[in-house]
Amino acid sequence: MTFVSVIRRIAACLALSGLALGSSGCQSMIVFDPKGPVGAQERDLIYFTIGLCLIVIVPVLLLTVWILWRYREKRSGSVPYQPEWSHNTKLEVIWWGVPIVIILILAIVTGRYTHALDPAKPLKSDVKPVTIQVTSLNWKWLFQYPEQGIATVNYVVIPEKTPIRFELTSDGPMNGFWVPQLGGMIYTMSGMATTLYLQADEPGSYLGTGGNFTGREFAKMAFPAEAVKKADFDQWVSEAKSSGNVLTEDNYQLLAQPGVADKLTFASIPQGLFHKIVHEYSMSRGAPAGIDQKAITLSGELAKEHTEGGQLAPDSEPSVHAGQAGRSGRHGHLIDGSGTTQDQRK
Amino acid sequence: MLDNLKDFASWFFVTGDPLIYGADVSIVMTVIAILFVLTFFKKWGWLWREWLTTVDHKRVGIMYIISALLMLFRGGFDALMLRTQLAYPDMKFLSPEHYNQVFTTHGTIMILFMAMPLMFGLFNIAVPLQLGARDVAFPFLNALSFWLFFFGAMLFNMSFVIGGSADAGWLSYPPLSEMTGSPGVGEDFYIWGVQISGIGSLMTGINFIATIVKMRAPGMTWSKMPMFTWSVLASCIAIIIAFPVLTVTLALLFVDRYLGAHFFTMDGGGNSMMYVNLIWMWGHPEVYIVVLPAFGIYSEVVATFSKKRLFGYASMVFAMMAISVVSYYTWLHHFFTMGSGADVNTFFAISTMIIAIPTGVKIFNWLFTMYRGRISFPTPMMWTIAFIPCFVLGGMTGVMLSVAPADFQFHNNYFLIAHFHQVLIGGVAFGYFAGLFYWWPKMFGFKLNETIGKWAFWIWNIGFYVCFMPQYVVGLDGMTRRISTYGWDTGWWGLNFTSTIGGFLMGLGFLFTVWQIAHSIRFMEKDTTGDPWGGRTLEWSIPSPAPIYNFAITPVVTERDEWWEEKQRNAAGKASKKQQPLSPIHMPKNSALPFIQAVCWFTAGFGLVFHWLWLAIPGLLGVAATLLAHSFNYDTDYYIPVDEIQRTEAEARRTV
Amino acid sequence: MTHSANHTNELVHEDGHHDLEELRKFGFWLFLITDCILFSVLFATFVVLREGTAGGPGPKDIIEMPGVIAETFILLTSSFTSGLAVLSLNKGSRQGLIGWLAVTILLGACFIGLEMSELLALISEGHTIRTSAFLSGFFTLVATHGLHVSVGFFWILAIILQLSRHGITPVTTRKVQITSLYWHFLDAVWIFVFSVVYLMGVM
Repeated sequence: MTFVSVIRRIAACLALSGLALGSSGCQSMIVFDPKGPVGAQERDLIYFTIGLCLIVIVPVLLLTVWILWRYREKRSGSVPYQPEWSHNTKLEVIWWGVPIVIILILAIVTGRYTHALDPAKPLKSDVKPVTIQVTSLNWKWLFQYPEQGIATVNYVVIPEKTPIRFELTSDGPMNGFWVPQLGGMIYTMSGMATTLYLQADEPGSYLGTGGNFTGREFAKMAFPAEAVKKADFDQWVSEAKSSGNVLTEDNYQLLAQPGVADKLTFASIPQGLFHKIVHEYSMSRGAPAGIDQKAITLSGELAKEHTEGGQLAPDSEPSVHAGQAGRSGRHGHLIDGSGTTQDQRK
Repeated sequence: MLDNLKDFASWFFVTGDPLIYGADVSIVMTVIAILFVLTFFKKWGWLWREWLTTVDHKRVGIMYIISALLMLFRGGFDALMLRTQLAYPDMKFLSPEHYNQVFTTHGTIMILFMAMPLMFGLFNIAVPLQLGARDVAFPFLNALSFWLFFFGAMLFNMSFVIGGSADAGWLSYPPLSEMTGSPGVGEDFYIWGVQISGIGSLMTGINFIATIVKMRAPGMTWSKMPMFTWSVLASCIAIIIAFPVLTVTLALLFVDRYLGAHFFTMDGGGNSMMYVNLIWMWGHPEVYIVVLPAFGIYSEVVATFSKKRLFGYASMVFAMMAISVVSYYTWLHHFFTMGSGADVNTFFAISTMIIAIPTGVKIFNWLFTMYRGRISFPTPMMWTIAFIPCFVLGGMTGVMLSVAPADFQFHNNYFLIAHFHQVLIGGVAFGYFAGLFYWWPKMFGFKLNETIGKWAFWIWNIGFYVCFMPQYVVGLDGMTRRISTYGWDTGWWGLNFTSTIGGFLMGLGFLFTVWQIAHSIRFMEKDTTGDPWGGRTLEWSIPSPAPIYNFAITPVVTERDEWWEEKQRNAAGKASKKQQPLSPIHMPKNSALPFIQAVCWFTAGFGLVFHWLWLAIPGLLGVAATLLAHSFNYDTDYYIPVDEIQRTEAEARRTV
Repeated sequence: MTHSANHTNELVHEDGHHDLEELRKFGFWLFLITDCILFSVLFATFVVLREGTAGGPGPKDIIEMPGVIAETFILLTSSFTSGLAVLSLNKGSRQGLIGWLAVTILLGACFIGLEMSELLALISEGHTIRTSAFLSGFFTLVATHGLHVSVGFFWILAIILQLSRHGITPVTTRKVQITSLYWHFLDAVWIFVFSVVYLMGVM
């Protein structure tokens, strides 16, 4: 194997992978084609990170090729050979120093962006935010509009140029809510509510998807996020309100059963359903029959103590976080050994 | 009666899928073939005496490596099934349930039953030899570690045909992995398979720390220890700190599933996020556990094939120790999207980036080891060179992922998948291949065919880039991980199809590797020198394969690259050190107990999977009995007499 | 046998290798680190889940301090007698060594007995591991410690038998030292169980 052929093949290798990259065209990468302020800032941050990394990586790759070329054994004689040379303080200071400086810069930028792009931080806007309560179910999404009193399943409609306050929870395994062109992902978790602010700057139908594996029909959890003009949104709301399809508590329990669903629209929602999902329903999904459990009933007093969600205080440590979730478990309901769960022991 | 039996069988065995039936048939055929060969050639006694009861670190190492290569086949086959399913939109090749089982199995096998044993195999082969030691600190425990790994892996693999596999992802997040989400036995197979082999890993960690700390040859101070051994020490420190966390986490999950406890359940006040935290407190150091020894291998290989001292030894050691410590403070970067708040995310983002610093330093040191060297390009070096650009790119995407707000856009999509495959294949697998080919002559006494090896190398590498580069793109195009199918409207087809082609190229690379090994066995090119590469460290100073006692005379170390310096001294005509006279060598006796105890663990594990106490209790009693039997056994060692040592050395054409 | 073991050690020294028994003690220290981490994780989960009573009983409702104090006293005493056993070992008194080891594990058995009755009483009142996350954490932590003590019981029993067969040799000496270390470790863990689970529970 001559060295020239090594280089040729490396080049071929890179060309092939470049082809693979180019075949789709970077244009179509939706993360790089944001339609809202959050997504745009995240894209800028990604570009900045890539740029910063390239400062180190390009010289390293060039250096690798040069060293391999120059000091290959076949060429020996014309180039120096120093088998004992193994230490040089000046050089080592340089290559400890350069990465430290770059990481320092990146750390400062990351710290600033992490606070600026905190998902729970309201967006600066003159328009009053619209609240949408998102529940991930097995295997469908429920979107409730508490201010409008309507709900949808497996699609969400939002007004453009309006901050949307998503409150997210899960009635089942942990999932993730992700609309790449509007902004980053956030987990939906049972027994607690997370908050995510997003905004669409122009009308369009954007891909939304589930971010964390939840079982059999997980692949069916993609949903369209449709951004429409304010007037169209109002019209859509009034149409939905007149559709006559009502979401009741019983309907919800049916919806929460494992299975897939079509797109649905509900003209009304029960009072405080999201709250109940977070604090009651999602915390009473017990193991299937077969494990004989003693039911524990919750005293009426405890039930009143419900607080607002399990969202973390920004400065809390993960263990504290876990502790809070554990505490909210106190408000949990009776352990229900049957009913909602399937028994499919193979 | 017959109906009952039928019911039982249809529940006990996995049924209803032609792929599974095919696998059933091939498994039965393979087992029959193995039994036949062993009986026909009267190899049972040989197998038992020489392998199943051995406590020799070199043989344990070989058994680790063979198991790891078999698991690589299994995990790789799983990968190809996944890629086939994703090659076209709306594919019907695997049902969603089957797809979920396959990706869970693929991940678990590749990390826990392929990377770990391959790594332990290389530990076993190289570390005692590099230290100038006769064996590891606790040879009995070492054999037990191997058999626990082996039977843990068997238990996990059995779920493929019996009972059904785990399908909640390789880390089995609850509540999906709880009885509510996974009522089948698959999760229990996962728990016990990983648990049993995990106990083995923990013991290996203890064993190798003790070996390295206490059994270095006279004169080998810390600053004269070979770099691979340093990397093993760093990795083992991480093992003994991280693996107990895994043990507890899996035990708690099992208590939840079996006794109905509420650690991670949705009801009863349980907290599933605690599991996510705990599993990553093990899971993240685990990544460094497997990559650190690979760094050690690169250091050995680069120095050997550049015919030059390793550059920046102190920096290298410091960098590895730093990585091993900082890796405990980064686990939360696996779930920035949990909404832990900006301060927490910032902390873990920065701690993650910090790891890039020592890693980057190591790359520079390797480059400057080659600088002003004489670089030759046999296969171990090829893998090492391929590692550098691959890992640099993987490291760059890693730094991108560590930026918390940007991670919101990368998390759990194919960008992440491409990143960790790039560091795990480009960093870990390439390193272990380099190590395997590097130490192969020392293990078996012959070199592997270079030409076929180079073919395998190029096919692997091209396959790798074709497979994973498109995944970065498709991830940024919104394709999340673990989806079993996608629609035509997504526009992801072209990239996925390319990626599948790359996957199959890597599969072809694996076949070339198999061919390379088979060809090399057939046309064996014996290594009579014991030092085929012009090595630098002590393992190359003894014959290949190493005699059972490793070193006839315990070497005395005066320099960092002792063997290289010794060769220089000899070439310069400087008088060699005065040889000590031979004396009888103290060796541990073989023992059947590790094997039997692991069988007992396997029985107990199988019983617990099916909640059959009538099987689990005898199994656990068997474990206790073998422990006691070992404690009461005082006849555990013997001496190799001097004339036998002389005979062995003479056979290896050595004069003592 | 005894002779052979002595012989082994001398030769190992001559070989320039390190003392085999020292090596094993070092290995055991490493094991204790892992066990320490194991308990730390269990403590952490317990603390996280302590409030997760799901409407069931809390710590104050289930903890009976007198029994726990008795358990503590017994285990601390057994640690002391384990220390006396090592003193006898150093003096070379086989009789004293076996005697103190026997006292140690008898105290250990009393501890286990009391703990079992405490836990069984809870279960009979309907407070089981299934009741709530708090009780899951409680049972698992306490039972894991109890399991360790039970293992120690059988282990030391086995060593008593070996001592009566082989006498005090480098091998048995090492074994006694290791088990003593183990026993003290379990005592230390119990102090934490006592403070974190019981004292903080009733406070």
